[in-house]
Amino acid sequence: MMTRSVDSAATPETPDEASFLRDTVRAFRRNRMAMAGLIFILLLVFCAVFVPWISPHDPYRVALDEQLLPPSTTYWLGTDNFGRDVLTRILYGARISLVVGIVPSLISLLIGTIMGILSGYLGGKTDFVVMRLADMMIAFPSLLLAMVVMYTLGANLLNIFLALALVGWASVARVVRAQTLALREKEFVEAAHANGTSRGRIMFDHIFPNVVPTLIVLFSLSIPEAIMWESSLSFLGVGVQPPAASWGLLVAKGKEYMFQNPSVAISPGVAILLAVLAFNFIGDGLRDALDPSMKD
Amino acid sequence: MTQDTILSVRGLCTDFSGGRGDVRVLDELSFDVGRGRIVGLVGESGSGKSMTALSLMGLVPQPQGRVSARSILLDGKDLSKLGPAGMREIRGRDIAMVFQEPMTSLNPVRKVWEQVGEPLAIHQGLGRRAIRARVLEMFELVGIPEPKTRLDAYPHQLSGGLRQRAMIAMGLICEPKLLIADEPTTALDVTTQAQILRLMRDLRDRVGTSIIMITHDLGIIAEMCDEVNVMYAGQIVEQADVFELFERPAHPYTRGLLASIPRATEPRVSRRMPSIPGMVPNLAKLPEGCRFGPRCGEAMPICQRAPELKPLGPTHASRCWLNCPQEALSQGDAP
Repeated sequence: MMTRSVDSAATPETPDEASFLRDTVRAFRRNRMAMAGLIFILLLVFCAVFVPWISPHDPYRVALDEQLLPPSTTYWLGTDNFGRDVLTRILYGARISLVVGIVPSLISLLIGTIMGILSGYLGGKTDFVVMRLADMMIAFPSLLLAMVVMYTLGANLLNIFLALALVGWASVARVVRAQTLALREKEFVEAAHANGTSRGRIMFDHIFPNVVPTLIVLFSLSIPEAIMWESSLSFLGVGVQPPAASWGLLVAKGKEYMFQNPSVAISPGVAILLAVLAFNFIGDGLRDALDPSMKD
Repeated sequence: MTQDTILSVRGLCTDFSGGRGDVRVLDELSFDVGRGRIVGLVGESGSGKSMTALSLMGLVPQPQGRVSARSILLDGKDLSKLGPAGMREIRGRDIAMVFQEPMTSLNPVRKVWEQVGEPLAIHQGLGRRAIRARVLEMFELVGIPEPKTRLDAYPHQLSGGLRQRAMIAMGLICEPKLLIADEPTTALDVTTQAQILRLMRDLRDRVGTSIIMITHDLGIIAEMCDEVNVMYAGQIVEQADVFELFERPAHPYTRGLLASIPRATEPRVSRRMPSIPGMVPNLAKLPEGCRFGPRCGEAMPICQRAPELKPLGPTHASRCWLNCPQEALSQGDAP
């Protein structure tokens, strides 16, 4: 209680003065793993954005006299089969992998939330149609589905987004629907009805804000999932195409030189591992931080 | 319907269809609410008090529930003829409702002023600034201390009493013709209860809103109401002016309710608290004839036939054969 938040304008007299947001932030900051994860991701984002100024190496320059060098002071993680600096390529790869992690998650979250709230709140036929659609998506082997999309539409970033969103929205919709079912029975929803609030407005103004904590957690948990998906697709050759670099692609290409220079394949693999771990810690931390305020 | 009647309900019936056929939860309700009057609906749990409120508001769960009425005239406008869109316009503007649980009636993640001002946004299309100013006025009116700082509070930062005040502010913000208060003080402690009741009576005097007060507490009825409707198993069994009711309760059920109020003044000797034996009947399996018959200490053979709500005086009516001596006599079964 020693720090006063910026928005403590609300009722300093009431004993329970901590606001929803402040509680969350404080609980999150107490979680060391989550903070470590957050710092790591922020660092990664910073490096990925400013890599042209940070790294002295060109990620695309071919230097056949410097192939597969082991880690050294010039090339911290060694060089690949074209003599390109592995660390620089990992940081460039972070640009794609992070974007692929975040954008499709946002898309599937958006679609899943709309579908889930509509399905849970309206019920009846809408519920039936949406949920059977979601069942189909979940029942279908998602890697296969994503690969089919990539093969038929061609391998580019936009189609990766599309494929991942197509696979991802259904599970979001299920979670959001379940929560909506619980929320629609709450008295404040009935009170809103008694005010003459329309159904659309109830969904948007009353149900949605209460789903947001869940969405934040789902989001942070689906980012590592999407990174893994992109890695899998790139590894299988239907994701990002060379010479562009993404983490999955780096692992896929590096595996051929596993014995000449293991660093080429292992370093991007470790990067994936660390990023996924970091996002998972952040997700866990957020879930714990938001949980006490969710039960009322 | 006279000039000073704000709400006139005639023949209100609500049916629910469930797994085992239809159940009539409200049976032919007819009552009036005068302009600026407080009318009580009293009865045990399951007697249909809250269902009456929901039926008037058009909030009966669909599609299981069906509401029908000969007429529900609100200031001359027949609500029973309105569709869902029409009712949505009425709700919050002409009829508002205050719920039992102030703890859960406010959305936990929205600021109080946004919620209290919501009816204004819906029915009058006001901008945020205007709404905020109006909510502040309402907070002052309902006696919320330091109203300015409370505007931006979240519900969990307010006590139960303050939240119920905020709910009342929300109910009254569009100056409705009728406020339905469904057990507004049941969840509050006794001192807060008294404050909230005083506030509501005060507001009735100042704003002139008519109030339907739903409660199981005859103390609140005595304190607050001008007229009372006693409900039992979906019917009105006694309808009276409040003084008339407490002085000359005509229906055995009303007398039972009155007898089962604990009194601090009576010595607490061996005498047990009187109560009405039995329970409110299952609406799907109603007894033959008078619905209160099986629990009534004064039941007669004629009670196998359903009694009508018969006037006993200008401001008093009761649904009991005891109050209809001629007919009882004509059966040859006088008590």
